[in-house]
Amino acid sequence: MGAGRLYAAVAAGGFRRYATYRAATAAGVFTNTVFGLILVSTYRALWDERPHLGGWDQTQVVTYVWLGQAFLSTLAIGGGGVENELMDRIRTGDVAIDLYRPVDLQLWWLATDLGRAFFQLLGRGVVPFVFGAVCFPVYLPTDAGTWVAFFVAVLLAMLVGFGIRYLVALSAFWLLDGMGVTQMAWLAGFFCSGMLLPLNVFPGALGEVVRALPWSALLQAPAQILLGHADPLGTYAFQGAWAVALLGAGRLVQSAATRRVVVQGG
Amino acid sequence: MAKTAETADGSLAEGFIALQDVAKVFEVRRKTGFLKRERREVRAVDGLSFTVARGEMVGYIGPNGAGKSTTIKMLTGILTPSAGRLRVAGIDPSRERRRLAHRIGVVFGQRTTLWWDLPLIDSYRLAHRMYRIPDARYRENLDRCVELLELQALLDVPVRQLSLGQRMRGDIAAALLHDPEVLYLDEPTIGLDVVSKAKVRGFLRELNAERSTTVLLTTHDLQDIEQLCSRVMVIDQGRLMYDGPLAGLHEAGESERTLVVDLERELPPVVVPSARVVRVEGPRQWLAFPAGQSAAPLVARLAAEYPLVDLSVREPDIEAVIAKMYAEKAVS
Repeated sequence: MGAGRLYAAVAAGGFRRYATYRAATAAGVFTNTVFGLILVSTYRALWDERPHLGGWDQTQVVTYVWLGQAFLSTLAIGGGGVENELMDRIRTGDVAIDLYRPVDLQLWWLATDLGRAFFQLLGRGVVPFVFGAVCFPVYLPTDAGTWVAFFVAVLLAMLVGFGIRYLVALSAFWLLDGMGVTQMAWLAGFFCSGMLLPLNVFPGALGEVVRALPWSALLQAPAQILLGHADPLGTYAFQGAWAVALLGAGRLVQSAATRRVVVQGG
Repeated sequence: MAKTAETADGSLAEGFIALQDVAKVFEVRRKTGFLKRERREVRAVDGLSFTVARGEMVGYIGPNGAGKSTTIKMLTGILTPSAGRLRVAGIDPSRERRRLAHRIGVVFGQRTTLWWDLPLIDSYRLAHRMYRIPDARYRENLDRCVELLELQALLDVPVRQLSLGQRMRGDIAAALLHDPEVLYLDEPTIGLDVVSKAKVRGFLRELNAERSTTVLLTTHDLQDIEQLCSRVMVIDQGRLMYDGPLAGLHEAGESERTLVVDLERELPPVVVPSARVVRVEGPRQWLAFPAGQSAAPLVARLAAEYPLVDLSVREPDIEAVIAKMYAEKAVS
């Protein structure tokens, strides 16, 4: 009975906790589907004017739109993962409870977030994606290998996404009120992950920069694999490097936070 | 206090929990101008020394901001002491927080360790994994807690739907599944009704008697202490003001209980030995008598001599006792 089983139990708990809120899930599915429809018509108009923009044809960009809608909550691109709860616990002092457990704080929250991500993938991701695939001409690979490669990239994207948001959450140890950081993270998440516009469309130096940032490991990286535009191993290396860097930074910040900062409240 | 002596297993001989000149200083920065910040030191705990033997049940009381929670946080390893030496079961808490966590249980009355959105039983299953409790032991402890804390009907209820008293019982069970040697209770009866309080107290008494779990209890409720603890420590402004039996605390603070009597009609202040009337309002009168003294003879006497309709006894609150004790010290 090792640590693996503990964190598996934590992840399972995270999955079930998010599964409890069925009305919220249904509302989310509806919203993602509507936004998908709006984006699809916008992008199609754009690609009508500029065919093969960013190296993609129309079916590919439509696939990208529905992937984005499926991943928005799965990868908590604009926020809305476990970091909100963690920030709240830091602000109220409830984090004290997490600290006197015989567990690692970061692994605990990572496991919770992975549980959440898997639930969101199934609960909120599948329906909009299938809806899009049925109602529009989309580009889907036919070989199982590409799908497997794609899902590995999705897993790595979950790690990177958590790595970013964990740092955002830990800022609450110093700032107490995380509103500002949360909003910056939302903006950065939407813009730099390619939710607004695919990153391969970004021109020149700006494109080079955003494609090197960690947010491009979230949506863009798995999408490029699915659309047959990226070499999986190179993509994994990019995602893995960011995951290691961000999770490592999270550990450092965490140890500074728990050593120096006062746990709030009595 | 006993001299420090290390035993063969490395634990301190004189106490299971041992503090020696422990201090915790927080630095508070205050804005005093556009860019100016004033730094000020707040000594939340200031030269605290005490020991608690294995199996003791000790009340740890003091007014808000006295340093109680800071002490508990240092004892769990969440906060590092600024000075002094602190050991729990021979472990330095802040250095080996996670190792210590397997041996302690913590209940914060105002916070919960339970998974808010999920049925109670899920939090217990998680504790099973988290503390690596052997299966048989887990079952045995869970069954025992479920029976004594009356949790059977609640196990499948999401925690957010539990009442405060139910949730508190759930939290206490969660803190005990891994057989902790020491249990820190921070306001375990806060906000509970009389029935729930009695249940919680009964359970704690039994736990201490059967498993000789060391209990450190922080509370504002003197009755918690009266019913559970043979020893009480009073802390104020980060210092230990009193350490001894509860009766002694009342003596030290010369605290008084209040007997509220409702008479049949308005009467002049009643005259009884060892009590004095402090307030009269229509047929209702307030009598103060020493807290160390039983109310029974007083009540008997009143019932015999006056037309008594109803009565109630009010306990002195801790703040009043401590305030009085503080005033005494300042005078002497």
